Amino acid sequence: MEFKDYYKVMGVARDATEAQIKQAYRKLARKYHPDVSKEKNAEAHFKEVGEAYEVLKSPEKRAAYDQLGRDHTAGQDFRPPPDFGSGFEFSGAGDSSYSDFFDSLFGGQARAGSRSARGASRPGRGEDHHAKVLLDLDATLHGGARPFTLRVPEIDAEGRLVSKERTLNVQVPKGILAGQNIRLAGQGARAPGEGTPGDLFIEVEFQPHPLYRVDGRDLYLDLPVAPWEAALGATVKAPTPTGTVDLKIPAAAHAGTKLRLKGRGIPASPAGDFYVVLQIALPAANDDKGRAAYLALAQALPFNPRAALGV
Amino acid sequence: MSSEDRPLTGAIFEESAVLTVRDLSLLCAVEERHIVEYVEEGVLHVAEVSASEWHFTGAALRRTRLALRLERDLELNLAGVALALQLIEELEHLRGKLEARR
Repeated sequence: MEFKDYYKVMGVARDATEAQIKQAYRKLARKYHPDVSKEKNAEAHFKEVGEAYEVLKSPEKRAAYDQLGRDHTAGQDFRPPPDFGSGFEFSGAGDSSYSDFFDSLFGGQARAGSRSARGASRPGRGEDHHAKVLLDLDATLHGGARPFTLRVPEIDAEGRLVSKERTLNVQVPKGILAGQNIRLAGQGARAPGEGTPGDLFIEVEFQPHPLYRVDGRDLYLDLPVAPWEAALGATVKAPTPTGTVDLKIPAAAHAGTKLRLKGRGIPASPAGDFYVVLQIALPAANDDKGRAAYLALAQALPFNPRAALGV
Repeated sequence: MSSEDRPLTGAIFEESAVLTVRDLSLLCAVEERHIVEYVEEGVLHVAEVSASEWHFTGAALRRTRLALRLERDLELNLAGVALALQLIEELEHLRGKLEARR
């Protein structure tokens, strides 16, 4: 196990005051909060900062940690001394996602019971669990079963909070949108004694699709067309989630022209729309025939594409 | 017992659920008073008032959980949570538009 330098994580000096530590925490928490941040590895950073703050904000934990810190540096291999924490009392620690380093010092026991301390609870019923999964877009377009691997907190035989891996084969409801939850009744935490287990809520996000972009329930496809197809109008083939369609391009279409196929987006209720955004693809003029064709076009059509710029 | 042959089925929570203050407080493990404060501060919106009871859509669950995380992790007060939520939503909306028009 590696020794963690909580002062370094927080970017504060070893003699930082409580106010400085709080200030540093708030700044880092805003920077890395997974609901707010687009930083890389925001969640991992945020957990690390939260863990460091959990220790440094409590005078007892900080004092105990400081005793160790005198003999260790970050990354160094570490075993907690057998007498660690004697004389200090720890209680009411927060989340279930701290490092092994933290657990070895402050233990999982103190935290096991603390989660439901916040307020209302249903007696005789297990806690609900929440998870997030990254799903392929095809799952919502067509429905179908997907294996979800989730990490689930459990209390082990010694009363310690441990994280277990669990794979569930889940039928994805057709038409589910990003941010929505699949509720699996009875798949949450077991209840003490004879009670009913809680539910499992799985929040869905989508992986980027090679062809379609997603905005809510609508889908967007960039469709390349030839200049003559755009200018003269044409019927061209376009891929959609429900198969290839013949799409009528109106004459005098231009790059960015948006064609809507109603109800062909994500099959939610109501169903989303499918938008085709035209892109003009230019054929290369890399032989005499090609160059002659472009020159003939230039002579036949007096055209200044920069007229609107006044030049 | 983990991966069974027949897949587990569940409904889309947001589409089926109509939630009361009590439901939300149980689902999020907070006092009912806290949910009421969220409504008063504009963090949560009541979808429907019927028989002297507030009804929320299923989407309120995600919003409440997000609000609770912001409140706890960033040590925000209610007005701060309301503002942060509003800005997060605006950002999500703009990012969606940007993505679609990329």
